[in-house]
Amino acid sequence: MNLAVRDIRHHSGRFVLTTVGIGLLLMIVMGMGGIYRGLIHEAILLVDRIDADIWIVQGRTRGPFAETSRIPVSLEDRARAVPGVAWSRRLVSHTIQREHRGRPLRMVVQGLAWPDDNGSWIPLVAGRPLGQAHFEMTADRSLGLALGEQLTLGKDRYTVVGLTRGLVGTGGDGLAFFTASDALAIQFDVPGDARRLERAARRERVASQDLGQVLPLLLDRASGPENDIPALTPPQVSAVVLKLRPGVDTNDVIKTISAWPDVTAYSTDQQKQLLLGGMVDRSRRQLGMFRVLLIIISTIIMALILYTLTLDKLHDIAMLKLIGARNGVIVGLILQQALLMGALGYGLAWWLGQYAFPRFPRLVIIEAPDLLMLGGIVLAISVLASLLGIAKAMRVEPNKVLAG
Amino acid sequence: MNSLAADRPAILAESLTKTYGSGNTEVIALRDVTLKVQRGEVVALLGPSGAGKSTLLTAIGLINPPTSGRIHIGGHLVLDGPHPAVDLRAFRRKHLGFVFQRANLIPFLSALENVQVAMEINDVTPRAAKQRARELLEYLGVGDRASHLPEELSGGQQQRVAVARALANEPGLILADEPTAALDSHRGRQVMELFAKVSRERQAAVLVVTHDHRALDVFDRTLEMEDGRLRESAPSSITPATQH
Repeated sequence: MNLAVRDIRHHSGRFVLTTVGIGLLLMIVMGMGGIYRGLIHEAILLVDRIDADIWIVQGRTRGPFAETSRIPVSLEDRARAVPGVAWSRRLVSHTIQREHRGRPLRMVVQGLAWPDDNGSWIPLVAGRPLGQAHFEMTADRSLGLALGEQLTLGKDRYTVVGLTRGLVGTGGDGLAFFTASDALAIQFDVPGDARRLERAARRERVASQDLGQVLPLLLDRASGPENDIPALTPPQVSAVVLKLRPGVDTNDVIKTISAWPDVTAYSTDQQKQLLLGGMVDRSRRQLGMFRVLLIIISTIIMALILYTLTLDKLHDIAMLKLIGARNGVIVGLILQQALLMGALGYGLAWWLGQYAFPRFPRLVIIEAPDLLMLGGIVLAISVLASLLGIAKAMRVEPNKVLAG
Repeated sequence: MNSLAADRPAILAESLTKTYGSGNTEVIALRDVTLKVQRGEVVALLGPSGAGKSTLLTAIGLINPPTSGRIHIGGHLVLDGPHPAVDLRAFRRKHLGFVFQRANLIPFLSALENVQVAMEINDVTPRAAKQRARELLEYLGVGDRASHLPEELSGGQQQRVAVARALANEPGLILADEPTAALDSHRGRQVMELFAKVSRERQAAVLVVTHDHRALDVFDRTLEMEDGRLRESAPSSITPATQH
């Protein structure tokens, strides 16, 4: 006969309410673990999808995602010439926040090295990859854009030609793919007045120097478009990514590129470590702290309820001892209730999570090893929570029955 | 048949004393009490409140050891002064049955389960325990209430279930502390007669602390306690006026 189950049936209201409470707390603990997994997934998703072997970024920086990186676009050609490199592509990546349909729209702008790369590697759920050099984009569904919808960014209007799902940047913002030149245009878009003021300022600076005074044509050049002025730096990109030929050792190529004084090269694994070690680590520790606190709270709540359920039964426990019940029967009564509470709470947490987690704004990934680990923790806290009640029950003397 | 040896007294208590507190607050509850009860004997223990009846009963019931003296049950030395000579809880489980003024049924178990649990903790298989519990409840006239929780039973029915639980493991000794106090006279007499019947049929010794004089004729012997001392008395010599 299972005394624990029969007692629970008798005190079902309190047991059910406590179990629901524990279940909700465990769902949050489970969800926080899932958010952490989601952060990792999102942080390295793009690195994985781009499928490069080496990332070349601005010297002594940890770009392009962990921090800002600026390198000349010409580096794409320089890297292509390194022995063992199969292809080399510029990468433009930056986050923007604009107004669209009266709401803030935050997205990670990714530039593709058109025409070598039209984004055919991007897993689309609707539409097609980019089909022309300008004014087309593919967008993640999390951005809320529809296929065929037009979006004004800077001075240009872009049409959504393809949709992805679950493709987000390291901060959880949806990815939008453009050609690299469009991505740069979006990044460096400035109002016409600002551009005119900058040209006028350039003309003033040249006019104030002897070179401008002896070469009047130089004044016209200085006040013209930027790309007509050789002295100004060409457009810059975030990084250049390389794919190596089969059999080529990544470390050998990195060693070659590392000899260049203006850039730093990382393998894909190193790039992931930069993201995980920097951006994700603090979130991991923060979530970890919350999880520990919630587990402690769950344990205390379980212990209190089990203790009060035990207090309610002290007379019955004394009676059981009087008629000769072994300690194992008494311990089993309390411990089984604790384990049942933990197991039902855990099951409830998992079940509720199936409905709640997909509605979270950030990706929540619940993995089997995490579920197993949490199961182990629930087992441990159930045992721990029952100790107070068991200690009390063990101290009860059988002659307490006579006290009425 | 019961669980104790047939050729030994069910209870042999020798020179029991029990002292509570010390110094100015010392109270002597038992003074050199010696008691012998044979198997199949039904004995009433009478006396005013505070005379030491319950102390003696709980000492023999192995839940309140004496300060000195020895207790043998069924020929086994079980307590030598306050020191147990056997595993007391295991001994209670196998050889003793208890009935109290309140039925003390476990509230979350049905009548059947209250009886069944006493056997299961004595390693009887659940199936056999259930079968025997049902038989006992039928024997005590509450078979039709087997599936009811204690709160759904009358006081008399609860006490019958408690008696059934006390009989569950066929103990050699049944100890009852004012088992009829919460019952009307008719029900009280029924319970006392039940003890006598059980004692006759199962050769169990029954020691009953009682204030109820209306059923003293049921007992084989009556003992009286006063100021911690025990003396034997004939049932006719006990008058209601001397009782509390």
